[in-house]
Amino acid sequence: METMFPLSLAGVGFAPGGTPVLQGVTLDIGQHSRIVILGANGAGKSVLIRLMHGLIKPSAGSIRWAGSDARPSAQALVFQRPVMLRRSALANVAYGLKLDGTPRPERQRRAETALARVGLAHLAHRPARVLSGGEQQRVALARAWALEPRILFLDEPTASLDPNAAAAVERIIRDIHGAGTSIVMSTHNLGQARRLADEIIFLHRGRVAERTPAALFFQQPQSAEADDFLKGELP
Amino acid sequence: MEALSAALGLVATGDPKLLGIVALSLSVSLSAVIIAAIAGLPVGALIAVGRFPGRQTLTVIVNGFMGLPAVVVGLLVYLLLSRAGPLGALGILFTPTAMVIAQAVLVMPLLAALTRQVVEDAWRQYEEQLHSLGATTIQATATLLWDTRHSLFTVLLAGFGRTIAEVGAVMIVGGNIDGVTRVMTTTIALETSKGDLPLALSLGLILVTLVLAINALAYVTREWAQRRFG
Repeated sequence: METMFPLSLAGVGFAPGGTPVLQGVTLDIGQHSRIVILGANGAGKSVLIRLMHGLIKPSAGSIRWAGSDARPSAQALVFQRPVMLRRSALANVAYGLKLDGTPRPERQRRAETALARVGLAHLAHRPARVLSGGEQQRVALARAWALEPRILFLDEPTASLDPNAAAAVERIIRDIHGAGTSIVMSTHNLGQARRLADEIIFLHRGRVAERTPAALFFQQPQSAEADDFLKGELP
Repeated sequence: MEALSAALGLVATGDPKLLGIVALSLSVSLSAVIIAAIAGLPVGALIAVGRFPGRQTLTVIVNGFMGLPAVVVGLLVYLLLSRAGPLGALGILFTPTAMVIAQAVLVMPLLAALTRQVVEDAWRQYEEQLHSLGATTIQATATLLWDTRHSLFTVLLAGFGRTIAEVGAVMIVGGNIDGVTRVMTTTIALETSKGDLPLALSLGLILVTLVLAINALAYVTREWAQRRFG
């Protein structure tokens, strides 16, 4: 269990069809982190998250977990748009556990607990795809949380939600972190970054422009690119 | 007009000969679709999800075979099952079994091609999420087949619509033997040429009603599933 961290990226690049989307990314992510990735659209936030999670393979450099090439299973990713299967909310959560190899009776119990934690116990038996966008995202969070990941990636999890639903999602992310899971999320909502981040990784045109403790970043960004971004003066 | 009222009379009185023909039609076509589905659905889904060499070739072949002329399928199955053919020893030519085989061969590519389309659309939506959760190709395929079950039911109905209305293949391998291998379409063809319009017309009415009912059922299923499951 203790051998998963740090997650280390060394010289990671991603260039599908030769077009570089991400270049020379070198960083370490330790246990208990709460990192928000900021950057303009197209800066490479989603790609970086998918690379770290292992959904796509880097075209250069290496991604290792505690020095090993093996991808640990105790991790999850929550997407901007939740993907719900045509079954109940509870069954959607249990589905993740099933793929993870959890035996059936335990699956049910853990899925119920996870749904209760995101405040959706009362909607457990509703078909997931007819729930509201905010509720679906909470089901997605429950599905991820039920897996008891040691690190949770989130790719703009509130970008398609209204403020109330976004606030509920932020509360849940805070709870998941409080229960001991590292958080790495992207957003372009600066208020959300302020509320949730311990550290900021700022991406600019596929490169890490800076990595700075959140309090310092918002007061005094260390790179000209981030300074421009915060002032809303991107070229 | 006379023929029409005689036809309605046959339907209304439940003429036993008529009912026998309708029953054979239904059982042959239904069996063919079920057998074709057992192979066609997984094949279509695997083409949609799998990443293997020859996948595109297979897609083209399946799509092409979807438009296979029924008489050609009938001819091929006839050659297979005829006394001199490789499966001649089975002695099933001119039996309902032969008709089921011919129709299953005929409709399998249609089911596979439509399934591929349905599953591929869903896969585009689910791919990253299922990979993130660690699904293998087989697990993903099973999940997609179950998740698109309502659309796939309408695919099966489309297959049934094709087989029940098909005449060429069943005519060739069934032989249109009275009381044994005579189905609605082949009877209509024969009786019309013989001039027995009431029987032909009554079967035609039943066939059209069936096809309309199948399409109505497909429509209702789609609407219901959309409301119920999103």
